[in-house]
Amino acid sequence: MPWTREDLAKRAARELRDGYYVNLGIGIPTLVANYIPAGMDVVLQSENGMLGMGPFPFEGEEDPDLINAGKQTITELPTSSFFSSSDSFGMIRGGHINLSVLGALEVAENGDLANWMVPGKMVKGMGGAMDLVAGVRRVVVVMEHNSKDGVPKFRPRCELPLTGANCVDMLITDLAVFERPDRSSPFKLLELAPGVTAEQVRAKTSARFE
Amino acid sequence: MCADAAAALAGLTRDGMTVMSGGFGLCGIPENLIVALRDSGARNLTVISNNAGVDGFGLGLLLETRQIRKMVSSYVGENREFERQYLAKELELEFNPQGTLAERIRAGGAGIYGFYTRTGAGTVVAEGKEQRTVNGELFVLETGLTADLSIVKAWKGDTEGNLVYRKTARNFNPMMATAGRVTVAEVEELVEPGTLDPDQIHTPGIFVQRIFRGTNYQKRIEQRTVRKRVG
Repeated sequence: MPWTREDLAKRAARELRDGYYVNLGIGIPTLVANYIPAGMDVVLQSENGMLGMGPFPFEGEEDPDLINAGKQTITELPTSSFFSSSDSFGMIRGGHINLSVLGALEVAENGDLANWMVPGKMVKGMGGAMDLVAGVRRVVVVMEHNSKDGVPKFRPRCELPLTGANCVDMLITDLAVFERPDRSSPFKLLELAPGVTAEQVRAKTSARFE
Repeated sequence: MCADAAAALAGLTRDGMTVMSGGFGLCGIPENLIVALRDSGARNLTVISNNAGVDGFGLGLLLETRQIRKMVSSYVGENREFERQYLAKELELEFNPQGTLAERIRAGGAGIYGFYTRTGAGTVVAEGKEQRTVNGELFVLETGLTADLSIVKAWKGDTEGNLVYRKTARNFNPMMATAGRVTVAEVEELVEPGTLDPDQIHTPGIFVQRIFRGTNYQKRIEQRTVRKRVG
């Protein structure tokens, strides 16, 4: 049985480590915050200028000056700090963020990522995605294994314009988890969703992996 | 010090000028100055802003009146009028990665011509720009940005132009304040010199030429998200 959105978020949360500074993308990656293991100290960064993001506010306590990168109202913690966009991306580009979890449209076998231009739709912009993949030390991608019409999204080459070249370290799909030890190695099949076989994954993937 | 937004922009606006406008989404945008810029009637503007407002509010007001010729932004997904004008080729658009945009503005304000960054190297963002490999890694040259006019929003300011921002409403405002040939700031509280703690000032007054107290702040929330109280 393929993994659900919640399962993907739970699996990505297993990549968190105590003391990590983490940036979570919009969509499934945002759900990862719900599965931070109890007792683990993880600091969430929001690229619009905040470290130490707290949970959503209680109704009536929303503050329009306090939002995350998805423009959602959030709260601060006793450990929070605020800063400018240039300081924020200094953290990101400068390699000070340990882990980023992002969504994707396509991932290539060489680690290229495409996630900002949706075919046939108005291009809305890359936001901070290109900076995140260029600077964060470890990039984990969560996505559906295949598009709605069954086309493999883990492919030999990205067809869509790239967000970043050779920047993905781990790929979590609804069928399987792929990982590589460094950015000059090929991806290896690491885990399978319950009841899914390696043969089924190969049949639904056009990328090469070990 | 000026009485209001119209007075603060008097003599500063003209057709074809480049304007930087602070804010992330609708958070920390200079609400009063955007309205005054609309009312100034200046046209063919190039606007540098991370986002383009929403229909009928923020920079969406300047789109409605067709005063913007070109936007330099990182994400513009929340605006139908923007999409319509862009698809009809009435509006030019230059996408910058968000961190590259922030750093280009910081560099422009700091007198730096350009910088090499990994962000966007090997992607469409690097097309037409110099790329170079250093220690096996590919970098792209991005240039500093300045503007004829920067409009920014702060929480508190004094009559010397010193500014303090509040929470995530800071975002692009501090860099934009440094990169305008003229910078105009609107604040929620305008205080006398000596009131703000000099150790806590985010933007020193040297970067701000005109300042006024804004009124009627709407501070719209784009994605109101709450959690339930338990028990």
